[in-house]
Amino acid sequence: MARRLFSLCVSREKKRRRTADPTDKMAVDGGHRNSGCDWDGRWNHVRKFLERPGPFTHPDFEPSTESLQFLLETCKILVIGAGGLGCELLKNLALSGFRLIHVVDMDTIDVSNLNRQFLFRPKDVGRPKAEVAADFINTRIPGCKVVPHFKKIQDFDDSFYRQFHIIVCGLDSIIARRWMNGMLISLLSYEDGVLDPSSIIPLIDGGTEGFKGNARVILPGMTACIDCTLELYPPQINFPMCTIASMPRLPEHCIEYARILQWPKENPFGDISLDGDNPDHIQWVFDRSQERAAEFSITGVTYRLTQGVVKRIIPAVASTNAVIAASCAMEVFKIATSAYIPLNNYLVFNDVDGLYTYTFEAERKENCSACSQVPQDLQFPPSAKLQEVLEYLTENASLQMKSPAITTTLEGKNKTLYLQSVKSIEERTRPNLCKTLKELGLSDGQELAVADVTTPQTVLFKLNFTT
Amino acid sequence: MAATQASKEQKYDRQLRLWGDHGQETLENAHVCLVNATATGTEILKNLVLPGIGAFTIVDGHTVSGEDVGNNVNLAFMLQNRAQAATELLQEMNSDVSGNFVEESPDKLLDNDPEFFHRFTIVIGVHLPESTCMRLGSVLWSASVPFLVCKTYGLIGYMRLVVQEHTVIESHPDNALEDLRLDQPFSEFKNHIQSYDLDSMDKKDHSHTPWIIIVAKYLEKWLSEHNCQAPKNYKEKEAFRQIIREGIFRKNENGVPEDEENFEEAVKNVNTALNPTKVPTALEDLFNSEQCNNITSQTPAFWVMLRAVKEFVHNEGSGSLPVRGTIPDMIADSQKFISLQNIYREKAMQDTAAVSKHVERLLQSVGKVCCKNASFLRVVRCRSLAEEYSVDSVNKDEITSCMDSPDSEMVFYLMLRAVDRFYQQHSRYPGVYNYQVEEDISKLKLCVNSLLQEYSLNVNIKDDYIHEFCRYGAAEPHTVAAFLGGSAAQEAIKIISHQFVPFSNTFIYNAMSQTSATLHL
Repeated sequence: MARRLFSLCVSREKKRRRTADPTDKMAVDGGHRNSGCDWDGRWNHVRKFLERPGPFTHPDFEPSTESLQFLLETCKILVIGAGGLGCELLKNLALSGFRLIHVVDMDTIDVSNLNRQFLFRPKDVGRPKAEVAADFINTRIPGCKVVPHFKKIQDFDDSFYRQFHIIVCGLDSIIARRWMNGMLISLLSYEDGVLDPSSIIPLIDGGTEGFKGNARVILPGMTACIDCTLELYPPQINFPMCTIASMPRLPEHCIEYARILQWPKENPFGDISLDGDNPDHIQWVFDRSQERAAEFSITGVTYRLTQGVVKRIIPAVASTNAVIAASCAMEVFKIATSAYIPLNNYLVFNDVDGLYTYTFEAERKENCSACSQVPQDLQFPPSAKLQEVLEYLTENASLQMKSPAITTTLEGKNKTLYLQSVKSIEERTRPNLCKTLKELGLSDGQELAVADVTTPQTVLFKLNFTT
Repeated sequence: MAATQASKEQKYDRQLRLWGDHGQETLENAHVCLVNATATGTEILKNLVLPGIGAFTIVDGHTVSGEDVGNNVNLAFMLQNRAQAATELLQEMNSDVSGNFVEESPDKLLDNDPEFFHRFTIVIGVHLPESTCMRLGSVLWSASVPFLVCKTYGLIGYMRLVVQEHTVIESHPDNALEDLRLDQPFSEFKNHIQSYDLDSMDKKDHSHTPWIIIVAKYLEKWLSEHNCQAPKNYKEKEAFRQIIREGIFRKNENGVPEDEENFEEAVKNVNTALNPTKVPTALEDLFNSEQCNNITSQTPAFWVMLRAVKEFVHNEGSGSLPVRGTIPDMIADSQKFISLQNIYREKAMQDTAAVSKHVERLLQSVGKVCCKNASFLRVVRCRSLAEEYSVDSVNKDEITSCMDSPDSEMVFYLMLRAVDRFYQQHSRYPGVYNYQVEEDISKLKLCVNSLLQEYSLNVNIKDDYIHEFCRYGAAEPHTVAAFLGGSAAQEAIKIISHQFVPFSNTFIYNAMSQTSATLHL
């Protein structure tokens, strides 16, 4: 079933004819193609996988000289992120024959990117990553047309995403991943409860941290999505406030004390928030942390540690990003050309001790809040306070929402029960948190619509009163 | 200059958090040699230039072809010498690195000046024909220069590490057990435990006592009641956990035990806390090795330090390694935690000083880092290529046992060997041109059979693989080259920095299934 759908979704704009000619006496070298900038032999390495039959190819694969044309002229790929993974992805795709590539990244280049984001140079510091990356690739790899977008993924709507055949992510944020995941799920169309395969846009997702990485293939609506496997991403651990405030033991506790408690109180640079990229701010935190540490005879506070804690820095090297981006690009190629059966569906990599890879099939969750279409259940007694519902939405391992906004329909009118992100609405709705569900006028079976940064669409929950 | 140092700190910040300033220094003092600037080769080098190796030299006699520019981001124009072309674009990536090139085939260099290769920290040989590879391997083996052989062949990636003996002090293991000495508390620790009286504490102190102290106290009691036998099986450990649970401070009014997180931590950590302190077997083996027991003026520092640690174990340590000196974070108030931490730290310092005395005795300089990592010292040894390829010493067992599993990557190793054989016979690789694919299948099959026969390997290789390898036509798709580029670069960094553990000795990557294997050949 999966195999059939692959070729359907990829061949949306692809016209194939049987032109296999394995007895062609011409060298593969005879590459005089339509595009003017394709010199002799340019695509030799790629063409062997597109124009020759083989024993391990995808069952739907047909050798053809048209496949290369599809890659060069028609196949549209979206790369999310132009950082450690993004730079590598753009290069890998461009050298595999993809030319119509868009790249989205909201960041500008920082000096600390230069140890691995090889499309950038010291002179580029401060410029938008997407633009510099696109420039480099388009110049170095003739014919490639990377279109940059110095934007957040949330700045685009479904009409933007719909134009791509495949989307590949090199993000450093779980929230952004979930949002992207949600967006592609929202593009799916069902006819009489059956998923229309041409509405599926495959999502290849890569992630790295130090010497560890993973790459996965997601067919929204068909295979495990990001939210199906949310437990694989454990929530970030924050130190308890009482430890920070009155019994620090580690240098990190001293740094958090300066960041969370002292900075807002003393406002050393005026009424502005702490900027991890401002060396003066970090220096201030470092100095205060050292004082705190001395008070408790704690050793180990360094400038580097201070910066690491304040900015939540994740160590990174070129090599891990190279490996994971290579795996991801390989999958993009397989799906776009049906050359081989794609990864099914999750690869884990670790080169701390030798080199270790593990490949497995992540399973779909039957009641996944993102992709299962099963209405989500909320079980609470009518005497429960709204605060408890809020905590459930944020703390439950399968939901892990960040700042959910809860609305419902009461007496035919839309009512916001609680919303955190807009100050005036937060203040107005805060009293609701202490009210019980019954006091708020909610009834058994009531539908609650929850919006959150982790998803572009609201999630519908059904309230089930327990006794 | 201060300014350059500061900007280097910033630039390399993300990687300094992995291997530290001392690791970075080893990289900056390294000179890497790349033989053949193919896509795989330049991708590997790119991932070494970016983190700031001191210098590289590319040896390559080829001219850049259209095919080369098509799959390599570090080449831009045809007809240049490939070594020079790649050097220019790689050099441009990081001004801290100095790049050199030699426009010469490695065979010529080996003919005229084999000692050329002695100067390098590591040599990376990419897409070398078998004969060149063996020659270069032999020169590097005699000179004790680490050699990393890499190849992208179709959708298969291959790496072979050739190093006689590679020592690792800082292996940075992922899930190391703590070194708490609860089963054999040293005297300072014992005294510290004595200073606590759980029964007479107030509630605040009671619930902020480190779990290590709690377990130590209850263990003391248990030992006195059980003939000095620590809890051993599940039943006993569970009984021990229960006793600790019952120690939770009771609320006076109702007698219901309140939550005391530190006691919960104690219960949770009983299993690991009761792990006996002992010298790991791998380390015992190293203690018994020839290098450790036969220290001469030529002995590298690693073995001198290891011997000093061994002497410590047999003397001051009374059978145990130097104390590591670290404890995990745990619920406690600052004063109790820090004072406990200091007990371990000071003991570690004492033990280090004792080891240093042994080292001095063995005429070398101090190794503080060695003590902290004593439990995790590693040595990697690889066989030479000559041993791997010789009929007398080929690892038949490894090959045949792997081939028993239908999905083993070993089949790709054998196919790569067969393809090398094809090249030797026909001076070309199979299936490069479309018209050759069909005819070369039978020729390649002959190579496969002669290979299996020569080594008396009673294994079966399906025709599908032979067909597939003809289909590959020695293609080097960029995605596979990039995968190897990252993998090989990190292994080279491990060799240069002596941190983290390199693979041994053969790595195969299968991009068709996104699987890999490490083989011992």
